[in-house]
Amino acid sequence: MSVTRRHMLLLLPAAAIAWKHVLAGTPEVSPNYKLSEHWWSMLIDLPKCIGCGNCVRACQTENDVPDGYFRTWVERYHVTDYDIENPHVDSPDGAKEGFPPSKEEGGKNFFVPKLCNHCADSPCTQVCPVGATFISPDGVVLIDKKYCLGCRYCVQACPYGCRFINPKTATAEKCTLCYHRITKGLTTACCEACPTGARQLADLKNPKDPIHEFLKTHSVQVLKPYMATHAKVFYNGLDGSVR
Amino acid sequence: MNAFKDAGHLFRLVAVFVVGILAFFGMRAFLVPKSFGQYGHYRGDALAEVAAHPVNFAGHQACEDCHTDVLEKKKSGRHAHVNCEACHGALAKHAEDPGPVQPAKLDTAVLCVRCHEANIAKPKGFPQVASADHSTGLPCDTCHQPHSPAIDTGETAKVATKETAGGTK
Repeated sequence: MSVTRRHMLLLLPAAAIAWKHVLAGTPEVSPNYKLSEHWWSMLIDLPKCIGCGNCVRACQTENDVPDGYFRTWVERYHVTDYDIENPHVDSPDGAKEGFPPSKEEGGKNFFVPKLCNHCADSPCTQVCPVGATFISPDGVVLIDKKYCLGCRYCVQACPYGCRFINPKTATAEKCTLCYHRITKGLTTACCEACPTGARQLADLKNPKDPIHEFLKTHSVQVLKPYMATHAKVFYNGLDGSVR
Repeated sequence: MNAFKDAGHLFRLVAVFVVGILAFFGMRAFLVPKSFGQYGHYRGDALAEVAAHPVNFAGHQACEDCHTDVLEKKKSGRHAHVNCEACHGALAKHAEDPGPVQPAKLDTAVLCVRCHEANIAKPKGFPQVASADHSTGLPCDTCHQPHSPAIDTGETAKVATKETAGGTK
């Protein structure tokens, strides 16, 4: 049978559909990893943070974060004795190279590492018009790069300023809690690189995780609790001046 | 049959709706990815795609499997809980294939001050020095062994320093 022009016109779309299905094969999440058995969070023990910027550098190396953008960063607070409402905050280049000596003497001085809070009721996922950002069944707020339009709604919605538009891909980007690592049994890059243990990855669904004992025995807070985001990055020893 | 005598236009309308609805579901089946809605209002395959990102930090477990000698040295010192890659950098490639990929030599004059340079915002109990006054420009590993930084007294110190100088500087 010879292929006529009519047959060819019918065959081409069919072949295109078939090829799409061939290309659609995607890798699986690690074989022994069960989504339903985890609920990830992070603990930040502020009295241990020395502002070295190791976490910031580690994150950029691990996740190919473009220069000048940050999935995690460290802020330095300077609070004078009587003016808790107006702290002086700096974060030179996200503390990628640590901090220069403080200019201001006296008052209260401390570091605060920041990252995506992986909120259980995250405003960023609620505003996404195309379902490109979502809370995974194991409690991590992730972005589907293929679906993201780059409309920036989520960037504005995040009360913690944790999202940005990647200039190369023009899609939204943020901390994935090193999803590619935690699903393989590793800790996040920032926790791996933190020299003082100020950052600790925690699995709230794992009854053996030391987080449970820690939360019971320490004064722990989340950032902006009044936003009702149910943030899952817990700060130990958080000062009231931190925004 | 007289009831349907003038109802031809209604049948045509119904046909248009049926075709429209079928077209909608047909297009939907074609355009919406299979995994959309698997876990929620998003593409389930996206999870695996995010998880497919390559790992750059091998994790301290991988380091400790081979470098037991360093682990032994670290154990007794104050850097016991500092993971290898906190100073040596991301070395997953080295962990995969230790031969050709060697860790870069570290400069203790740059590395140590990142953590130990005095800063008013650092926790009070954390060991800090004003490096300019403390070492007058000498690299830290002249006196301190990075893997166990307390200064040994006597001859052992010099031997240890030479070893370290070969290994990390």
